Amino acid sequence: MIVAFEAANSFSANLDQIFIFLRNWLVGFLPAAVQPAAAVVLDVIAIVCVFPGLFALTTVFERKGLGRIQNRLGPNRVGPFGLFQPIADGIKSLTKEDIVPLSANALVHFLAPLVLVVTVFMGFAVLPMGRNMVLVDMDSGLLFFFAMGAATELSVFMAGWSSRNKYSLLGAMRAVAQMISYEVVLLLSSVAVVMISGSLSLPAIVAAQNQYSGVFPHWYIFTPWGLAGFLMYAIAATAETNRSPFDLPEGESELVAGYHTEYSGFKFALFFLGEYLAMFSISGLGTTLFLGGWSAPFSFLQFIPSWFWFFGKVMMSIFVFIWMRGTLPRLRQDQLMNFAWKFVLPFTLLNLLVTALWHFMGEGWQRWVVCSVILVAAYALMGTISLRGRHIGRRSYRYAE
Amino acid sequence: MLGDGILKGMAETARNFFGSYVSKDRLTTVEYPEERIPTAENARVFPFLVYDGADWEAGLRCVACQICEKECPPKCIYIEKSADKKPDYVGKPQFYPARFDIDISVCMSCQICVEVCPFEAIKMDTQFELATDDRFAGLLEDREKLAKSNEYYHSIHPTEAAEVDARLAEEKAKVEARAKAAAQAAAAKASAPASASAPGAAKPSAPPAKNEGGS
Amino acid sequence: MSPIFYLLAVVTLAGALATVLLKHLVHCALAVTVAFAGLALLFLQLDAQFVGFAQILVYIGAVAILVVFAILLTRGSDLPKHGVFSSTWALGLAIAAAVFAVLGWAVIASTHGIPQQDNVPSATAHDIGIALVGRYVLPLEILALLLTAATIGAVIVAMHEKGKQQ
Repeated sequence: MIVAFEAANSFSANLDQIFIFLRNWLVGFLPAAVQPAAAVVLDVIAIVCVFPGLFALTTVFERKGLGRIQNRLGPNRVGPFGLFQPIADGIKSLTKEDIVPLSANALVHFLAPLVLVVTVFMGFAVLPMGRNMVLVDMDSGLLFFFAMGAATELSVFMAGWSSRNKYSLLGAMRAVAQMISYEVVLLLSSVAVVMISGSLSLPAIVAAQNQYSGVFPHWYIFTPWGLAGFLMYAIAATAETNRSPFDLPEGESELVAGYHTEYSGFKFALFFLGEYLAMFSISGLGTTLFLGGWSAPFSFLQFIPSWFWFFGKVMMSIFVFIWMRGTLPRLRQDQLMNFAWKFVLPFTLLNLLVTALWHFMGEGWQRWVVCSVILVAAYALMGTISLRGRHIGRRSYRYAE
Repeated sequence: MLGDGILKGMAETARNFFGSYVSKDRLTTVEYPEERIPTAENARVFPFLVYDGADWEAGLRCVACQICEKECPPKCIYIEKSADKKPDYVGKPQFYPARFDIDISVCMSCQICVEVCPFEAIKMDTQFELATDDRFAGLLEDREKLAKSNEYYHSIHPTEAAEVDARLAEEKAKVEARAKAAAQAAAAKASAPASASAPGAAKPSAPPAKNEGGS
Repeated sequence: MSPIFYLLAVVTLAGALATVLLKHLVHCALAVTVAFAGLALLFLQLDAQFVGFAQILVYIGAVAILVVFAILLTRGSDLPKHGVFSSTWALGLAIAAAVFAVLGWAVIASTHGIPQQDNVPSATAHDIGIALVGRYVLPLEILALLLTAATIGAVIVAMHEKGKQQ
């Protein structure tokens, strides 16, 4: 569906749709029969160029951000402030020898990174990156996204098993168990959004949030159930992409490198790329579901292009990922799984109930109070129960005689 | 409340992140080699030979006594005594080292050679950026490379160098006093036979001379 | 019968054949995943979006993973010593042919009753949802009970193992 845009002036409207105009202008050079296919191809090329470019930038920002958090500089030798570091990393990955273990299953070993990168790229097809800027406007776009996420787990397992290495296999099993557990949480926290917006199509969800009461937007994160859902989505997203504090599958201190131990050179670069792209796409989905997608935070800021807001929000999410990585220690496998099944999942189910309550109570201040009270009380109760009997007192020392 | 630890941790890391741009103690990185931390005064790396004055051969304090060669634990010092002698800082003729090689790839910076040297001739340097791609000859320092002036010694270890200089000056003063006293005595002896018939005249003249020499 | 349909059919059949013909069990599991993917794409080609994506989400994302976990946790990854074909394969072939014949007859006989329609019936997620809580609410609740029973059973099995270990 094409969203019409009443802008304050036509300049901001043109800037907002500049990529659409660019694509249409380029496609106009081709004969009419080829134009639809060519438009799709151009869109795909744009996605394939933009997101790996963002990935390169993110690797250097992550290293510099983590460095600053840890009271040190990040890389600062290659280029101004180290910004050309990804070029050096890319050259290194391309020129390293590609080692395949002799007893490894060569075909599966080769296919695993390909499957990962392909399925992760497919997930970008349904994200609305700006007004009218979604590659495929599917009615079940959200379901497609989760289907691609599920296929990612298979590639993790393929990588771990085909390496014929017990550390890889162990890492792969842990990774798959973790990803399956948190997939349930991810899905259920998104279902709340689907319930309220009434559609599985991502552009429709963004359109439902693109309204303003006065100055403030109708983003779902500004509602009690939306905030709870967003927090649980964020936890599940961190676990799905194997980021700290849930990065035990690739924990260097425990498992060498987990399921990508036996990968070197470009295949490892593909795994790295796949992980970061998965981070981008899951942040993009979180932005679309809870943070209003490409809509501006205040109604008077709508003159700034929509794609700027979308990518800005995605980069803010990436910054929060990096922040969490620098702050929290790694969770142990059983702590991870306990957390998912015994804390987050019941809370997600409660959130669904609260969302339904929100919908059926109708407009007014009562639903705000009731929903907030239920969620806060449940959180406090579960927090008290889980913290009971866990005294973190003063450290005591026992010395040898 | 569950989760407050995480929030406190995030606040601390945020403080670190933003603080690293404004305050020095939140970013303790020293960007070597553009910046360097100044070394402490008693830092030590490899030994060097001290010389007084401007000419390194004439002013070299080392008298090739070979004590440091014998005491060095990894035996990294190689000394060849000279055949002739040259005057040292008090004027006494001493041997000097015709060859004095230290293999700094063997040296373990224990400072024993410095501690046993009776002539304050060998001291520890603070230069560590000595990497070279010549594995053998590049790390074998000979007499010329090792000889560094007393002014340089003052610049790297001021307190120590001042103490050494004071001690050496004291020694020199003592030697000079003894020499003067000996000269006085010799002069007295020379004038004594001349006035042997008048011992009473020599005696009164001797004590005042001795007194002068003693002060 | 578009070329895409033929391509997808070939992929699905190849995956299914590889599943039964390959020797190494994990290879078979991966081949059955290819067959699942082919099926999902066939659903999508028929414009059944919800079923197609649910097929990927459930079969590839959960069932295939379950199969490989089961293989790995029960030492099934050793190569079988005596080959994968049983001695009674002729009887098996006969039974499979009979089942195929019955299914084929059922499919062909049923298409006679449906009038030729040019417009594809829409089955969006919305319609499926309304049907599930409207007309098919009883099967939905029974399925929910079944899933609850399975979950409780899994918890009990896991608990008992922990009890035995202690």
